[in-house]
Amino acid sequence: MASLKELRARIGSVKSTRKITSAMKMVAAAKLRRAEARAAAARPYADAMRRMLAEVGRSVAGEGGQPALLTGTGQDKVHLLVPMSSDRGLAGAFNSNINRTTRNLVLRLQAEGKTVKILPVGRKTYDFLSRDFADLIIGHRHLSGSKEIPFSSATELGEQITSLLEKGEFDVCTLVYNQFRNVMTQTPTEMQLVPLALPENDNAENSDVASYEFEPDEGTMLSSLLPRNLQVQLYATMLETAAGENGARMTAMDNATRNAGKAIDRLTLTYNRTRQTNITNELIEIISGAQAV
Amino acid sequence: MSIKVKIVSPEKVLFAHDADMVVMPGSEGDIAAMPEHAPLMLTLRGGVVDVYEGDVVMHRFFVAGGFADIAPTHCTILADRALKVEDLSVDDAEARLAALEKSYEEADKMNVPALDILMDKIQSARAEIEAGQSAVPAMSI
Repeated sequence: MASLKELRARIGSVKSTRKITSAMKMVAAAKLRRAEARAAAARPYADAMRRMLAEVGRSVAGEGGQPALLTGTGQDKVHLLVPMSSDRGLAGAFNSNINRTTRNLVLRLQAEGKTVKILPVGRKTYDFLSRDFADLIIGHRHLSGSKEIPFSSATELGEQITSLLEKGEFDVCTLVYNQFRNVMTQTPTEMQLVPLALPENDNAENSDVASYEFEPDEGTMLSSLLPRNLQVQLYATMLETAAGENGARMTAMDNATRNAGKAIDRLTLTYNRTRQTNITNELIEIISGAQAV
Repeated sequence: MSIKVKIVSPEKVLFAHDADMVVMPGSEGDIAAMPEHAPLMLTLRGGVVDVYEGDVVMHRFFVAGGFADIAPTHCTILADRALKVEDLSVDDAEARLAALEKSYEEADKMNVPALDILMDKIQSARAEIEAGQSAVPAMSI
């Protein structure tokens, strides 16, 4: 049985751990709110972009000579994976889900005889993948650790992917990210970026409007819309990752705080019992000493 | 009769309001969106978007390229980067222009698509400086 002094020290340290985890939970909750607001603010642009792309796509459908971003290279040999994680840990299974999904995907593609290249985004997934697949990694980026994710970070990543495609470095590009379902749940999701599946125009009121004219022509329009669309998609997933990270951290820290509370209760009980036993023992000693005299 | 105008940057909706006319810098010339305009999509160059209510320019925004979606009842401008003209910083834009001109000098003159992109950026920076200077109140000139 541990001594009273040891127990007191244990209780003290668990209490300060609980303070830290509950503070981290509060911080994550505040950051989550901001991240969600930013994700919501970015949605109108993405929606409008999707509408325009659907409209342009409809009018060029069936024509040849379309950009590689839309049609791919016509091959399926080299796969580029872009796993996206957060830069910091202590967020439950948030990052390890991404890592596991990516690793399974790499192994599956390799078993099918494809060449795999990896471009990790976020420190956590880079650290993990560089242990197992160091030779497959062709570069990496961190999300800016700052409060706000600037659109330029998505622009740079998008330009990098586009130029890799132009150089013929890959045929298919897949993004692995955590889809933000709600604060509790983030699902690791694979999303194919190249070749792109053109969005359907689901806007019913639009379909009976006379068809659009384009200036410049549809082809030029499409080739300038596609890279921008890629960047917008990347930006949206970055924002989603930021929101998901904080959601996952909030949940994890909430659990940790609760567990710490339970541990404190348990330790306090042991502490009191030990104290009582000690007193009883001392009393017995005194009484039996007195009787012996 | 008015149209719903929306100016959106990737980060947020900058402006959403009804207006009577919007003049925007199309890549092949300025275009005005008015009610009952035929559906049109266009790419934008760097320049100033003027939002008219009646005959008066109520709002002026600088956009650094982008796309616009014009329809009979609405007009949506997707800007790569958008600012109110009052908030433009001429010094920033000049610094950026200098950097761009330098990289244009150093760029590979055979790589035409890359040069085109740089040229567009330079044009946009020049337009930004011009717009920024025009926004300075008349007294201080």
